[in-house]
Amino acid sequence: MLKIKNLHAKVGDNEILKGLNLEVGPGEVHAIMGPNGSGKSTLASVLAGRESYEVTEGEVELDGVNLLDLDATERAREGVFLAFQYPIEIPGVSNLNFMKAAINGKRTHLGLEPIKPKDFLTKVKECSSLVELDGRLRDRSVNEGFSGGEKKRNEIFQMAMLDPKLAILDETDSGLDIDALRVVSKGVNKMRSKDRSFIVITHYQRLLEHIVPDFVHVLSEGKIVKSGGKELALELEEKGYDWLK
Amino acid sequence: MSQTEEEKLIGEVTAKSYEFGFTTDIDSDTIPPGLNEGVIRTISAKKNEPEWLLKWRLEAFRLWSEMEEPEWAHVNYPKLDLQSISYYSAPKQKKEIASLDEVDPELLKTMEKLGISIEEQKRLSGVAVDFVMDSVSVATSFKEKLGELGVIFCSLGEAIQEHPELVRKYMGTVVPQRDNYYAALNSAVFTDGSFCYIPKGVRCPMELSTYFRINQAGTGQFERTLLIADEGSYVSYLEGCTAPQRDENQLHAAVVEIVSMDEAEVKYSTVQNWYPGDANGLGGVFNFVTKRGLCHRAAKISWTQVETGSAVTWKYPSCILKGDDSIGEFFSVAVTNNMQQADTGTKMIHIGKRTRSTIISKGISSGHSQNSYRGLVQIHPGAENARNFSVCDSLLMTDTCGAHTFPYIEVKNPTAQIEHEATTSKIGEDQIFYCQQRGIEEEEAIGLIVKGYAKDVLNKLPMEFAVEAQKLLTISLEGSVG
Ligand SMILES: Nc1ncnc2c1ncn2[C@@H]1O[C@H](COP(=O)(O)OP(=O)(O)OP(=O)(O)O)[C@@H](O)[C@H]1O
Ligand SMILES: [Mg+2]
Repeated sequence: MLKIKNLHAKVGDNEILKGLNLEVGPGEVHAIMGPNGSGKSTLASVLAGRESYEVTEGEVELDGVNLLDLDATERAREGVFLAFQYPIEIPGVSNLNFMKAAINGKRTHLGLEPIKPKDFLTKVKECSSLVELDGRLRDRSVNEGFSGGEKKRNEIFQMAMLDPKLAILDETDSGLDIDALRVVSKGVNKMRSKDRSFIVITHYQRLLEHIVPDFVHVLSEGKIVKSGGKELALELEEKGYDWLK
Repeated sequence: MSQTEEEKLIGEVTAKSYEFGFTTDIDSDTIPPGLNEGVIRTISAKKNEPEWLLKWRLEAFRLWSEMEEPEWAHVNYPKLDLQSISYYSAPKQKKEIASLDEVDPELLKTMEKLGISIEEQKRLSGVAVDFVMDSVSVATSFKEKLGELGVIFCSLGEAIQEHPELVRKYMGTVVPQRDNYYAALNSAVFTDGSFCYIPKGVRCPMELSTYFRINQAGTGQFERTLLIADEGSYVSYLEGCTAPQRDENQLHAAVVEIVSMDEAEVKYSTVQNWYPGDANGLGGVFNFVTKRGLCHRAAKISWTQVETGSAVTWKYPSCILKGDDSIGEFFSVAVTNNMQQADTGTKMIHIGKRTRSTIISKGISSGHSQNSYRGLVQIHPGAENARNFSVCDSLLMTDTCGAHTFPYIEVKNPTAQIEHEATTSKIGEDQIFYCQQRGIEEEEAIGLIVKGYAKDVLNKLPMEFAVEAQKLLTISLEGSVG
């Protein structure tokens, strides 16, 4: 499914990823933990194809497709989804129009007709009930004036709408209250399937009680320094990161 | 108030507002030989005009001759050669072309993107067409309907012949001949334009002009529009067209006058898409327009404009809120790309008590263009409890363009409430990335973001116009990521 080999990436003159290796099999959930500033969000951005991050070395393949050859739009259409740590506001653009443009972008790419309004609405209903997204939020401008938690919930709603192959959740749990965390996790769990993989970036073991990972990795100074099963998260919670240095 | 007193007041107000802080001393221009009294007499005679109108034109010409071309707008352009203009030609008929194959393919591409039908494409680009029977009959039946209601909607030339009393009573009462250099020139040499009168208490049941678009002659260089909404009436008027308009005329100096009588309401919407010149700024229309409305008691005038065309635009649709409780509104989206320059905004002149005005201006600049908002809010001593609310936002698409805001506020009554907000933002790399991450292409992402930004104004346009205007925004900004 996803294969990352010896990935180096920099912003400006700053090398942030320094030879990162990771393989994610189909249907697997991988958690990535690690200290602030270690490069977790950078990894997410690089995988999604953000232009300001320059890949200097390494390979990234998704189902045999070399992602590094594709721009951000093409990667999204190949099934890469990133739930942003800090979702972006787009004033004046309704959430639904935004989703329609996204879905139709992918459909055009696949040579399909634009989605029928009826099918679109059915999908919207399904996906918003999955994360219990308030109808009022759905109709508002993308993330504009949403609370931190509402933004995160909206990211997962979008993920469900776009049905990705690889979903990267960057600190989706931060900002969610206890109930919201449960709801959102439940939504994510419902979306787990044998041909969808997840990379879940988090600082807290608590999220991993809800979304139970198959593997846990520690990212430190631009590299994976330790990998293990879900117990590793518990160990990290107890000991912190210092012992890994 | 007597007619003359009223005229005096308006004269004072308007003259001042144009003077306001802008004039600079320049060497006076010599009057070009292309224009003289004889020319004006010829125009008037050719159009078979009454004596009073000829006098009116000559008076305008005399005033114009003493004026200097304004230089205060935040725009730069080569001096116009007014001698090269032929003033006595009838409004330019577009050159007839045999088929679409002869039309500039760029132009056709744009029209296609706007979703304009082949028939309409032909018509707009000057290809000789047999009009589709349908459209003609639609237009005719609407004309009949309007006739029953007593609505007069015709060319100004026709109105001068058929309804001289109305034209004589109102023309020049809102934009006097001496108002400004280009208005004076227009008054002297205007060839045609539109006239509209809505009788007392009549709600005009359709948007004026869309259905008639098909019957309009080629737009003249010195167009003049006079719109009168009698007491308690309502009309929504559409001017312009989203399709790109090529024109040999380099200078456009139009005048639009609106009179909104007691409790009447006028919505005036414009989409301006004159040829902006090429990417290097060659060619393109200079669009110097004077638009102004006069509101009587509890009357309302809303100007909505989407400006994407012209090489240089200089335009300030304004409202004189003379009557108590009257309302003025100005909603504008102005897009400039490449080497375009726009200096646009509004003037809200509060004279009556409890008068209210709202200004929403959204500038979008790209390429090496310059986009300025210039607005004046003036509260006169008698305007008890007047209120104004202004928002001027600028969105920059590149690092090489410029956006400028020049708000002028003059308050002579302490009870006035004035709120002014202004923001400037650069289109966000993070916003574009966010859209792309969802599978939306960069160009489309920019379109979405820009439409969202301009939404508050686009929403004010009549439905059928709004859809086209949205597409137009996207097209105008194509290839402008930076
Ligand atoms: N656009 C940028 N310009 C400059 N430095 C950057 C940029 N993006 C990231 N960095 C730097 O790269 C390093 C890694 O940042 P990143 O956001 O990937 O960390 P993170 O592991 O996600 O941290 P956190 O846990 O706080 O979210 C940090 O030192 C950060 O300051
Ligand atoms: Mg991060």
